[in-house]
Parts: sequence; structure tokens; C-alpha cells
Amino acid sequence: MLSKRIIACLDVRDGKLAKSVRFVNTKDIGDPVAKAREYYEQGLDELVLYDITASSDNRAIMIEVVERVAAQVFIPFSVGGGLRTVEDCRRVLLAGAEKVNVNTAAVQRPELIAEAARAFGSQAVVLSMDVRRAPASEAIPSGYEIVTHGGRAPTGLDALAWARRGEALGAGEIVVNSMDADGTKQGYEITLTRLIAEAVSIPVIASGGGGKPEHLYDVLTEGKADAALVASMLHYGEYTVGAIKAYLAGRGIRVRKMKDEG
Amino acid sequence: MITIVDYQAGNLTSVRRALDALGIPCRISADPELVRRAECIIFPGVGAAGAAMTVLRARGLDQALAEAFRAGTPILGICLGCQIVLTHSEEDDTDCLNFIPGQTVRFRPTEPALKIPHMGWNEVTTTRPHPLLAHLRPGDQVYFVHSYYPRPDCPEDVFAVCDYGGLFPAAIGRANLFAVQFHAEKSGPLGLQILKNFAEWKPC
Repeated sequence: MLSKRIIACLDVRDGKLAKSVRFVNTKDIGDPVAKAREYYEQGLDELVLYDITASSDNRAIMIEVVERVAAQVFIPFSVGGGLRTVEDCRRVLLAGAEKVNVNTAAVQRPELIAEAARAFGSQAVVLSMDVRRAPASEAIPSGYEIVTHGGRAPTGLDALAWARRGEALGAGEIVVNSMDADGTKQGYEITLTRLIAEAVSIPVIASGGGGKPEHLYDVLTEGKADAALVASMLHYGEYTVGAIKAYLAGRGIRVRKMKDEG
Repeated sequence: MITIVDYQAGNLTSVRRALDALGIPCRISADPELVRRAECIIFPGVGAAGAAMTVLRARGLDQALAEAFRAGTPILGICLGCQIVLTHSEEDDTDCLNFIPGQTVRFRPTEPALKIPHMGWNEVTTTRPHPLLAHLRPGDQVYFVHSYYPRPDCPEDVFAVCDYGGLFPAAIGRANLFAVQFHAEKSGPLGLQILKNFAEWKPC
């Protein structure tokens, strides 16, 4: 059986590591390549590099970061942020990423998912969705709405319907990022994650709200997620990948262990 | 010097980056003459079997690989490169290289909870000792992404298995050819060790 994956997310702005709290007041906390290598050595299963660079002038810096990570980190990793075309996707894949993360651009032009899946295979296309609770309505029957632009722009799209559409268009995985939980460190949005995981047959990665190892346990069991994204738990040194995995293994979750942990 | 065979099947640079990090000299080539004369060959690839075989034949790389295989050149197949060394693949109903008798078949999960492709970290268990797998310990996991798997006719061509709704061959080999269904270049320190073992391998 497959192991549950621990995926670290590094937000990169102008080539430097940043961690967003509710997507505002980002604060520079170091070199993304050094962090990626550190987590790799701790036994990380997968990595996401998310480009939050505001200006397109600095996109070339991101490609350089991707190349440097690819030269030092020998686990799968994906890159997201600002990918609008198949050519944008090709550039990060050639720089060494295995997968691309599409988000806002796919909401604006859903065919991007199908085009990228045709060009690189579904296994290379991750649909990342930012979701916020909304009053249930005819347009939003699940009570969860897709938002874009760091959570500022509601789209009128129902999260459940969008997840199903993304799968049908060829996405190989879905990241469900709860804007309500993001940065709170109070736990993942279990209800939302489970709703999506039960509706699609591709892997679902829970994102937003992880603050301690039991939050991962909850979302990987009750939330039915295949993987959990972690950020600040690792970035501020509160936990190591090994410590999180040891906790999960102790509670009967199947995880990949590094050799020296027996 | 390891020659990585370029047949337009996916991103070969990840294998090269892994070898670079290990300090193992390598080059990427689509030239059948260089493949024929290579000291060691890595045959990676992601994508579909039909398209891959078409490119290999069009460039004469199928013949070059066959000659290298017969001449005893150490060859490592990875992912798609582990599937098309068999006789035939169900994917696109494709006749393949036939270095190892057998079929590449699609996963047919009986449990609906098992998703296809089989993607992620899973445990591999050695069934027969092999120098490339010398560092593999019980419980070790490697990274897979695939919808089809290799099924050699002879059980002695299987060196490691993995469980995904039933056991399937994860590493196969015969003489100077060894092939892994998983991505050694993305399987962390253990995967790098397998590549290092390949570079040092002296098949008899």
C-alpha cells in the first residue's frame, strides 16, 4: 500500500522564502534551496515551490531556484504560481520539477488543465484550489467557494463542482487549500477535505491550518487525504519531518521512514 | 561514462542531475553509434510505450540497444525503460525490445480505493539478491508513478516486488540488464545508492 505523504510547501518571493499568514504580511524567512535540502535530508516525501513574486520581471529568478533545488533534492517536487500557459509549465518542468501546480489561471481558463495534461501527462498536473466557506446557495451548494488572488476574489464556483471538473479535464492530483484555516495552525479543514476526497478518484492533498502532528493525523484519517501540506510547522523549526512521521507511525499511519530511524 | 538514451520520452535531466550529484560522469545521447559503443547505458523514460517504440525504431536505437545488450554492456532501465525491455506491452498493443521474455500489463484494481496511476512511495521487497539492490532493507520505500507494470515470463527474472492490490514486479533483470519500475532518481538517498551501485556494477 502507498504511504501517506508529507509535502512541504515553500512560498518563494523574489527568490527568497516567505511564509504567508492568511496570505497577507508575508515575511522573508530564508533561502528556499537550503530549506528544501534540509527537509529532504529529514526524509520529506515531496516538495512544492510556490512562486508568489508579484512582478513578472522576477520570474527568471524562480527558474533559477527550481534548477538549484533539482540539483540537490532527489524527491518529486512541483512548482506553482503564475503558470498561465503550457509554455510556462514546460519551462519549470525542464528546470527540473516533476509537476506543475495550476490555480488562478485554471479558474480563468479551465482548458489549461487539459492542455497541460495532454502535453505532460496527468501525473504532472496538480490542480491547486483556494477555498473559502460561503453560505450554501444554488450556485454554491456545497457551502464552499473557490476564491482567487490570495483569497480576495470570490469566483462564484462551487468547490466540489470545480474539483470534479478539474479531474475530468485531466488533473492528476488536487490540493485543497482552506483559506479559512490557512495560517491559523488550528488544524486542517476536515469537512472540506473529506468532501473533495470522497468526490474524486485522484489523490487529494490537504493544505492550510497544520500546526501540530495530530492535525495531520486527523486530516489523513477522518479527512481522507492522501497527503498533507505543511509549511510553518517546519519553517520555524518547531517540528522536523522525522518527528511528524514518528508521531504518525506511532498512531498506525503508514509513512516512509528514513534508514537511520530504524 | 554512462550514456543516457534520449528517445523523447520525458525528462531525462532528472537522471543526469542525480548522476551529477553523485559525481558520476554521464552524457545524454540519441546517437545509435554512441549507444552501441557506450560503456554503460541508462534507459529512462516516462510516457506511452507505443510512441516510445516508434521513436526508438525511427532512430535505429532499438538495434543499437539490442547490440549493446548482446555485447554485455551494463544497462539500467527506469520506469518506461523497465517496461519496453519486455516482449510486448498492453499499452497501445506494442511489440517491444524483447530483451526479457514477458508482458507489460495494466493495473486492474479490484478494490475501488486503489487509484490508477499507482503514484507515491511504496515498499519494495527483494525476492532475489542483486548487486544493485544490495542496500535495500526490509521496509524501504521508493517512488512510483505508473499505470502499467512489467510481468516477465520467468520468475527468476524478478528481483524485487511491491504490493499494490497484489504483488507486482518492481525490479527485473537478466544478465547485464537490470530495470526498475520506480524512479530511482527521485527515491531519495536510497534511489541514489541504487544508481551508484549501477555505476559500479560489473555484470559477469
